[in-house]
Amino acid sequence: MAAEVMLINEIEAKAASMAIDLNIDFNSIQLPRGEDCGIVSDDEDVYHDDQLEFDSGFGNVIVVDNLPVVPSEKFEKLEGVIRKIYSQIGVIKEDGLWMPVDPETKKTLGYCFIEYNTPQEAELAKEKTNGYKLDRAHIFAVNMFDDFDKYMRVPDEWAPPEIKPYTPGENLQKWLTDEKARDQFVIRAGTDTEVLWNDARQSKTELVYKRSYWTESFVQWSPLGTYLATVHRQGAAVWGGANTFNRLMRYAHPQVKLIDFSPGEKFLVTYSSHEPSNPHDANRVVINIFDVRTGKVMRDFKGSADEFTIGGAGGVAGVSWPVFRWGGGKEDKYFAKLGKNMISVYETETFSLIDKKSLKVENVVDFSWSPTDPILALFVPELGGGNQPARVSLVQIPSKVELRQKNLFSVSDCKMYWQSNGEYLAVKADRYTKTKKSTYTGFELFRIKERDIPIEVLELDNKNDKIIAFAWEPKGHRFAVIHGDNPRPDISFYSMKSSHNLGRVSKLTTLKGKQANALFWSPGGRFIVLAGLKGFNGQLEFFNVDELETMATAEQFMATDIEWDPTGRYVATAVTSVHEMENGFNIWSFHGKLLYRILKDHFFQFLWRPRPPSFLSAEKEEEISKYLKKYSKKYDAEDQDVSMLLSEQDREKRRMLKEEWEKWISEWRRASEEEKLERQRLRDGEASDEEEEYEAKEVEVEEILDFSEEVLFEE
Amino acid sequence: MRPILMKGHERPLTFLKYNRDGDLLFSCAKDHTPTVWFADNGERLGTYRGHNGAVWTCDVSRDSTRLITGSADQTVKLWNVQKGTQLYTFNFGSPARSVEFAIGDKLAVITTDPFMELTSAIHVKRIAGDPTEQTEESVLVIKGPQGRINRAVWGPLNRTIISAGEDAVIRIWDSETGKLLKESDKESGHKKTITSLTKAADGSHFLSGSLDKSAKLWDTRTLTLIKTYGTERPVNAVAMSPLLDHVVLGGGQDASAVTTTDHRAGKFEAKFYDKILQEEIGGVKGHFGPINALAFNPDGKSFSSGGEDGYVRLHHFDPDYFNIKI
Repeated sequence: MAAEVMLINEIEAKAASMAIDLNIDFNSIQLPRGEDCGIVSDDEDVYHDDQLEFDSGFGNVIVVDNLPVVPSEKFEKLEGVIRKIYSQIGVIKEDGLWMPVDPETKKTLGYCFIEYNTPQEAELAKEKTNGYKLDRAHIFAVNMFDDFDKYMRVPDEWAPPEIKPYTPGENLQKWLTDEKARDQFVIRAGTDTEVLWNDARQSKTELVYKRSYWTESFVQWSPLGTYLATVHRQGAAVWGGANTFNRLMRYAHPQVKLIDFSPGEKFLVTYSSHEPSNPHDANRVVINIFDVRTGKVMRDFKGSADEFTIGGAGGVAGVSWPVFRWGGGKEDKYFAKLGKNMISVYETETFSLIDKKSLKVENVVDFSWSPTDPILALFVPELGGGNQPARVSLVQIPSKVELRQKNLFSVSDCKMYWQSNGEYLAVKADRYTKTKKSTYTGFELFRIKERDIPIEVLELDNKNDKIIAFAWEPKGHRFAVIHGDNPRPDISFYSMKSSHNLGRVSKLTTLKGKQANALFWSPGGRFIVLAGLKGFNGQLEFFNVDELETMATAEQFMATDIEWDPTGRYVATAVTSVHEMENGFNIWSFHGKLLYRILKDHFFQFLWRPRPPSFLSAEKEEEISKYLKKYSKKYDAEDQDVSMLLSEQDREKRRMLKEEWEKWISEWRRASEEEKLERQRLRDGEASDEEEEYEAKEVEVEEILDFSEEVLFEE
Repeated sequence: MRPILMKGHERPLTFLKYNRDGDLLFSCAKDHTPTVWFADNGERLGTYRGHNGAVWTCDVSRDSTRLITGSADQTVKLWNVQKGTQLYTFNFGSPARSVEFAIGDKLAVITTDPFMELTSAIHVKRIAGDPTEQTEESVLVIKGPQGRINRAVWGPLNRTIISAGEDAVIRIWDSETGKLLKESDKESGHKKTITSLTKAADGSHFLSGSLDKSAKLWDTRTLTLIKTYGTERPVNAVAMSPLLDHVVLGGGQDASAVTTTDHRAGKFEAKFYDKILQEEIGGVKGHFGPINALAFNPDGKSFSSGGEDGYVRLHHFDPDYFNIKI
């Protein structure tokens, strides 16, 4: 906006002519509503209120309709009744209840307005009392004031919707076409969030986009890498674009805490939890499911936190996230929620329950989807002191047919691990020993893709070993287990195939006494990083499972996070701000060579940008790996060129630095030479400056420290 | 070569200083007794008894006859280096943090801490040739910087004084009038307390180390920033090789946090950097605790480090150190 420039004395003259006092009392200034002009209020309460108010400022007002019409003498009685009903739900603001009266008949008009302290209370009131029967003739119709506004604006006559001309969007996947085939990642340190290229050839990063205060809590990539989601007080937003990051869509959800994308990134689930007005109630949970591209709310779920915390994983800690687990592969067809004695499976065509009812399973505590197929694995614990055994079953969706079931005896706990292609399911079962005093662990291995889903039981060589970690090889048939009670546990590798019999699991090897407590398979399989986080101070071992050999051992001291890049070429290890010192990240090659290291204070997040799955068929991929030599030639040559160029640039840079330094130092010498006489004068004419070498002379000094004479008497 | 461990202090080291010939090493510590060592073999030559508080700093005259020490007992003392006797005591109202002789050894600059109602100050004292003629009064007193002034040194030809301290600003003062001439740039300068400052052998540039985990190299005349050396822990001490283009940074996490973490977490190493290329060359481990003091022998062939652990470690370089190429 172009403002007219006015000199201050002109303003003063003008003010004087209009008799306006220019001495402004700053306390009297009120900023426009909803606008802080960049000034942050230091008043905690004001700040809090701002957070809760919606844009229009009437989010906390409801309209109650279908009230009895009463003459003025009964007005107070009715008002008392209404106040009684509505103050149970939340705190009505002072003068927050207004029941208009017909000025002629002095009768009420049959509706009233109620203003609450918070929009949450208003919403709750609407939910609870809409349809409330005061008596037979008076059933309350409650609406949000804001909605009223909205409905009023609906035009009476239908007009054909305007057809917007199609504007081609940006190519949101342009980053995949990078000429140097690099990958991107996002980091958050201090107030800055940066998206960077991993330029491993040049051992450095290249900035794509940087922004301060981009998010208020964290950032998250969508599962296929198309979007970067940021989280704000007012809701979530997604960003993307061909060459930079523009905001593509906003999803209003006040005080959103957590977000989750569906695997095919069609939908975004947002979650918030609100303090109840009554301290005895559980927190109120609001969950919205948005369509990522249109930004429309497809379905919302509201309720007390209790309704969302059923099941084993959530427990005392509260809602286990994600509440809704997406299944059915990348098509985003189904999502499911664990409830008390049931699993509610929804489908995304209508966003309603399949067959309009939940899947009833008594006492179910955990379930998980196959990553590729619409199959649910669910776990029911032991009941009645062992009379009814624990059970794992596989259920097909949407038919709800049980494909396979296995009863497990004296089981204390179960964990389910799917292989990434959905070919295998491993169920880790902790069983009581006969005395019930301790537990031991075994695995039930399901072969999902084979006929009748055969199950195999696997026990470790020493079955009393505690299992520290378990991980499937992505897209592969192997898995790794860290087990043992020692401070240095063992790591075993197993294959679902053995050399002579394809249907049997076999052990490949056991590595004894490793400093590791976490497993990180390369997304391409074959390689694995055995990491010792936390207590082991960041020990890293890069292991080749094909050759069963260690490629490298390394350490990033105090490492907290490890993540493979989506292609399996690089590994990032990071120290986040849980530690005070050494914050930053390292980039390693897949075989454990440190490529570069970047230090950043207050380092919070490191996330590789995911890639969508390859379009190549399995046969084509095999063909490429067969003729890899042919393809790699071109890249080897490029690599060499780059490294030549790099060392050339490096040399040049160093030469420049040295030259610059020499120039500066010679300049200084000249000045220093000019001052030489002056310096001599300061030293009383002592000619030597620091330039001259001193001479070492051997001087013998004899000093008499003490002299005494004693007379010795001789006998 | 294996370092020589010199155990003579009972409390953390605070400062190290070689004489001009490089045959003597003076060490100050929080115990009350500055000590002099043979810089070659680490043999203890003697101590200077008389202070009644932690000794923060010292300097030795060009001819190695006088030692000046500053202490938390609110005094600065002049000593006879050879005999270990006190020659004179300057009294202040607050602890003395840094001292340095001017070119010609006829002046000394002393900084004092803020204490009670007193603010921090830079004092210039005239040093008499004959100790019996020594007087107490200051030639010049400069006040202004907020907080402690951790180091003040003389500029070229004693015309300026360079000071640095808790307010993270480096200032150049006129040593005649006490006028502020230059201040380091807020943007490019340090962000946290400057803990140490050391001049190059020819005085052309100086190096400052700070708790903001960096050290910076500055032009002594213009106060322009020449280089920055980043590290991963707070820097307590800095030194520059007079022989090669190397700088050494020492430090580590706060002493109070040491007991709660692995000893490797503190990174109590002396780190070597190429002065011109700003690249890390290597590190020398050893201290159990942060490094508080570093000094290079004027011949550039050895250096010593003093730690919170109370040890002085004297390192003679191996021959291959002098052939490092990067």
